Amino acid sequence: MTRIGVITFPGSLDDGDARRAIRLAGAEPVRLWHGDHDLDGVDAVVLPGGFSYGDYLRCGAIAAHSPIMREVVDAAARGVPVLGICNGFQMLTEAHLLPGGLVRNDHGAFVCRDQRLAVESAGTAWTSGFEQGEQIVVPLKNGEGAYLADADTVTRLEDEGRVVFRYLETDPNGSVHGIAGVANEAGNVVGLMPHPEHAVEPGFGPDTPAAMRSGVDGLRIFRSALEGVLAA
Amino acid sequence: MPVIVVEVMPKAELLDPQGKAVAGALGRLGKDRFAGVRVGKRFELTVEGPVDDAALADAREVAETLLANGVIEDVVRVAEDVA
Repeated sequence: MTRIGVITFPGSLDDGDARRAIRLAGAEPVRLWHGDHDLDGVDAVVLPGGFSYGDYLRCGAIAAHSPIMREVVDAAARGVPVLGICNGFQMLTEAHLLPGGLVRNDHGAFVCRDQRLAVESAGTAWTSGFEQGEQIVVPLKNGEGAYLADADTVTRLEDEGRVVFRYLETDPNGSVHGIAGVANEAGNVVGLMPHPEHAVEPGFGPDTPAAMRSGVDGLRIFRSALEGVLAA
Repeated sequence: MPVIVVEVMPKAELLDPQGKAVAGALGRLGKDRFAGVRVGKRFELTVEGPVDDAALADAREVAETLLANGVIEDVVRVAEDVA
């Protein structure tokens, strides 16, 4: 069975939900610990959301220097799929696995809503199960989720198809070009601010026109990685 | 023990929502002479031993690699605190 690791950091919040999403996607979730130098041979890695180290210094900054992050950087270079959600996305930028950075929302307030996104690239390890341009709805919850990068970097990301997710209808936090998620050059490392792990089981996801809380769009992000590993 | 001070500011071109909120409060206090506020960070590194070139170089290295994120912030000062 495909094994996907979820790293727990001090202050991680959504590691349990990420493991649940992996199980519902059909893979085996594996608990990993920030203080270890060991990925336990997993096929893919998820850095979960939360408030690692209380968001001290900068969101994700101290976690990015955790012992296990050295293994994550090595694994990413080998092509192992790595997904950073929210705080995990912040860690990936702080660890320089993804370009740009995340700062306080432009309106200064925490935002929590079901967010419509466009899947702008189906060419990554985590979005291969989508059609290019497909729309999905997953929860978004952050205080420091405004993505930014210098103009050259943004142009490069757009030109190379590395903007993976873009906010639709509204830019909820002031992200440049409405960018909700980006990928590395190889497409195996993806980070996004919204939370796909909260939209994986009927009864607990966002509302859809069909029924309340029936949205499970997030599940396909985890399935994409799973199917990619199986096909390799 | 001697102290090295590291000061970090959000990049000038970035919106600083924290500074904006403080500027709003100043306006409400009637302090209209202050046209803007930007909020940064000050780190105080207590040094074992003397503050020599090596210690300052080390401080600059941690300032660039950990204390500040060059994508969103600038290190504006690394110096011995002579207060």
